[in-house]
Amino acid sequence: MNARLIVLLIALTAVICSALGVVYARHESRGAAVQLGMLEDQRDEYIAEWSRLQLEQAWLADASHIETKAREHLGMQDPEGAVILVVKKP
Amino acid sequence: MKPAEQYKAPVGRLYGFLLMFLLCSVALVARAVNLQIIDTDFLQDQGEARYLREVVVPTRRGNILDRNGEPLAVSTPVDSVWVNPKMLLQAPEDITPLAEVLGVDADEIERRLTQRSNREFVWLRRRLHPDTAAQVDSLNLHGVFLQKEYRRFYPAGEVTSHVIGFTNIDDVGQEGLELAYNDWLQGKPGLKRIIRDRLGRTVEQVEMVRESQPGHDLSLTIDRRLQYLAYRELKSTVLKHGARSGSVVLLAVKTGEVLAMVNQPSYNPNHASMDSEGLRNRAITDVFEPGSVMKPFAVASALETGRWTPTTPIDTTPGYINVSGHTISDHHNYGPIDVTRLITKSSNVAATKIALDLEPAHMWDTYDRFGFGDVTGTGFPGESAGVLRNHRRWRRVEQATLSYGYGISVTALQLAEAFAALADEGRLRRPSLVMGAANPPTSILDPKIARQVSAMLETVTGPEGTGKNARVENYRVSGKTGTSRKASASGYASRYIASFAGFAPSSDPEVVGVVIINDPSGGAYYGGLVAAPLFSEVMTGALRLLDVPPDNYEGMVVQAVKPASGGDR
Repeated sequence: MNARLIVLLIALTAVICSALGVVYARHESRGAAVQLGMLEDQRDEYIAEWSRLQLEQAWLADASHIETKAREHLGMQDPEGAVILVVKKP
Repeated sequence: MKPAEQYKAPVGRLYGFLLMFLLCSVALVARAVNLQIIDTDFLQDQGEARYLREVVVPTRRGNILDRNGEPLAVSTPVDSVWVNPKMLLQAPEDITPLAEVLGVDADEIERRLTQRSNREFVWLRRRLHPDTAAQVDSLNLHGVFLQKEYRRFYPAGEVTSHVIGFTNIDDVGQEGLELAYNDWLQGKPGLKRIIRDRLGRTVEQVEMVRESQPGHDLSLTIDRRLQYLAYRELKSTVLKHGARSGSVVLLAVKTGEVLAMVNQPSYNPNHASMDSEGLRNRAITDVFEPGSVMKPFAVASALETGRWTPTTPIDTTPGYINVSGHTISDHHNYGPIDVTRLITKSSNVAATKIALDLEPAHMWDTYDRFGFGDVTGTGFPGESAGVLRNHRRWRRVEQATLSYGYGISVTALQLAEAFAALADEGRLRRPSLVMGAANPPTSILDPKIARQVSAMLETVTGPEGTGKNARVENYRVSGKTGTSRKASASGYASRYIASFAGFAPSSDPEVVGVVIINDPSGGAYYGGLVAAPLFSEVMTGALRLLDVPPDNYEGMVVQAVKPASGGDR
């Protein structure tokens, strides 16, 4: 009789522990899911930012843009004729 | 005290109650079993419907990049603003700050919203500038919402518009490579099932119904720098000569990759208004009678017979020839010349004499091997195959005109493909627009003949040639001018197509260029005057940008000064 009571108590404790465990794991997983959602949003935001930066860079590096800058603001010109030299190794 | 002993209940009533309880519990258990085990879906669905949601996971369209990884088409999320008229009209004083931010008239907005006051969703402005969107968001107005949408941007604008094309408002390709590679570029939106709480926050992701697949990036063989250069020069030439349209194609000889492909007129794919004239990628979709740029292929065909060599004499006196009642004439009477000078001077009479000596089947075969009359196989929407009639239906005069490029229709890209084969010792490669395409060359011409024809083509930019304007400083250039009259309803009109096709450096060709100027109206219309200078400008830039070493540099060689100390590095 006594031994059966002990077994019953142990089983009861185990059941309660496992139930608490389930509750805890559930809670954890929900927390993780929220975190995942936030990180995914953040990732999407970074991807969006990246595409915007790419566009900005493409616009800044646009050949016509650079050409205007080089020719008009910096007074640069194409090297022509004798300015190009072929150097032979001695 | 034992009251039970004092009162004895009738046994029948006891059993009666027991039976009743038993029946009740059996009914309950049966219902429970029915709901929990047999008909589970009902409860499940009812329960889930109260907190489970299916959410679309949006995905973006792949970018289009040039050969160096520079972006040519990029999708980026932008905000569109929509309002719920019922909510906003409750506080009309909110409309003024909103209108201010959007830069529109407040009364106008109010009028629109009042007209649609029975609806719950009205777009106010789609695809806002990010700054404007942030301002709208910070106003925090009741009944004003932002919705994320992807928008496609083309940083190179009109310079690449024909090759790339554009997408519609739903991000589906409509033209160009956006259309041809739509399936590759377009992602598949995913679907996930989530649990949300009362406030709409995601509590748990139950399952991924469908994984979202982002679109793939597409790398083109186009070099954005060359594309821009070609476009700028083409535009100024078309303007200068008052031409109706024009195209430039640059092809890498050793890979068949299209380095640049530009057309005029063009359009800006970032703005919605486009007229249909500018939409076509003329270099691929439009055919024309090429004129004299076809002569090298007639000559190649003649050399293949073995009856002709580069020095075989041809007498072109008196500068015209009669074939089946048609007169074919040269600009001048060139007198007795040889096959090389035929190309140098672009003599129609000499070309005719050669053509009439050839078997029609053989001449057709040569043209066919160079890819004329066949699609180039780029998979570009609307690609044209050109026209090369079967030799069985050739009349004698037709065979003669084919030698100098009439009676045959080609695209600019076909011409570039064929010239690339001449440049690369008779190896033909299909032109490709997308990186990584397997592109094995096929040998279509004896390398010796290809070299002979190339040598003839080099004389065109020589002191007596018709293409002196195509010269590139410090490089040897081979090419051929072309000027063809445009066919119209009443025979050939006095409208012209000026063309130049060539390659450089001649000693080891790297780049093929084809220039087509359609209907120049400024007086000059010869290929050597209109198209050749443009070829020179574009080729100069291309050789410099591609780091091709010069092969013609007498007078610019300097001996490196030996360092005083140290050593050879």
